[in-house]
Amino acid sequence: MIEIHLILLFMIAAAIVAVEARDLLSSVVAIGSVGIGLSLAFLILKAPDLAIMQLVVEIMSLVILVRATMRQDLPFSMSGRWVFNTFSTVLFMCVFLGAAYIALKNIPLGGGDFGIASGVYLREAIPATGAKNVVAAITSNYRLMDTLGEVAAIFTAVVGVMAIARRVGRPR
Amino acid sequence: MIQKGMSVIVKTVTKITLGFILLYAVYISLNGHTGPGGGFAGGVIVALSFVHIMLVFGKEMALKRLRSYVLRGLTCAGALIFLYAATVKFSGGCVPFGAFLEKSVSCRLFNSEITLPFCEMLIIGAGLFAIFVALVLLSKSDRYDSE
Amino acid sequence: MVTYILCLMLFCVGLYCVLRKRNLIKIIIGIGIMGYAVNLFIILAGYRAQSRAPIYANDQIVARMVDPLPQAMVMTSIVLELSVTLILIAIAIRIYEKYGTFDITKINKLKG
Repeated sequence: MIEIHLILLFMIAAAIVAVEARDLLSSVVAIGSVGIGLSLAFLILKAPDLAIMQLVVEIMSLVILVRATMRQDLPFSMSGRWVFNTFSTVLFMCVFLGAAYIALKNIPLGGGDFGIASGVYLREAIPATGAKNVVAAITSNYRLMDTLGEVAAIFTAVVGVMAIARRVGRPR
Repeated sequence: MIQKGMSVIVKTVTKITLGFILLYAVYISLNGHTGPGGGFAGGVIVALSFVHIMLVFGKEMALKRLRSYVLRGLTCAGALIFLYAATVKFSGGCVPFGAFLEKSVSCRLFNSEITLPFCEMLIIGAGLFAIFVALVLLSKSDRYDSE
Repeated sequence: MVTYILCLMLFCVGLYCVLRKRNLIKIIIGIGIMGYAVNLFIILAGYRAQSRAPIYANDQIVARMVDPLPQAMVMTSIVLELSVTLILIAIAIRIYEKYGTFDITKINKLKG
């Protein structure tokens, strides 16, 4: 799995650039490249649905982020307890990565077998639902409640943004 | 930049390719059961094509064609139809007209293969473009220009 | 195992951005990076070596497929992440319009 390692290293490098760049527009473009790398990783990990979805979602959020960062500067201040805060954050990250190393030490990538539900879905997708794409069979037949919640969430987001960004309000 | 629109080359190419982009979005969203894709990806492509129109032809022309209440109406209608179709599938035909939709295998397939992705495409496409329009109109300089 | 650790390092980059940066747009970007890392981790957990994508073809017998259930879950997760990002950006633009800055240390006045 050398490809996935290379893509992950590229994503980490682009994420560090996105975090540390002084210019907000450069940072937004860097987060776009992180999303494209994630789309490639999904394609390599045999999830073409998610690759398409990640690509279009990335472009959409990139357009809206560029709209949000037009003509605006980036303040950079080092006041406060800068050293202490950075040290504690890095310490927490080291503890987190150490615990993750201990927990994931014996788990190989792509090794194990999956649970009962996935086996049932893979076996009975075509006879029970008629869908050749098993992921679509799960999201639109077996777990339709999930998709209903997803649509409710995006509908709530639309209503919320239109309520936040409304133009009528108190007169200025 | 946004008000005046882009050059004539970009406008002409956009006029030619716009239909193909929308056709590809419908293909992606209705192809979800036999290949990669799905309603959500198709809906985002629809929204991106409208954003493309708005960037190329300017704000006024895009909003003259597609009013804000049309977008809101499309989103709400898509959400209601999606809720009805999902309820039919949950209850196995215990809602009005549900027995007709769940009667045969072809009707069930039509329900889950055409209705649900199409409604999802409607909701996502209209809703995300409405969000983009709202965020563009929110800007302070634009507000002073228009008032 | 190295892949999991790299994925969690990506998560840590996002966490550092959320905890230590003072710009609202940077914080939104950090939340996005954390979401990417978590989605990738779930997909890595469902991956199996030498297997195919979970889509049946007409004339082929496919022996091994990857786990379809994490992909269905991550599909929901991506949508929720987009919704959260949109609402955060709308609130950030509102705050910029009211206070004239994205710096979170300067947004402490009860103004207006």
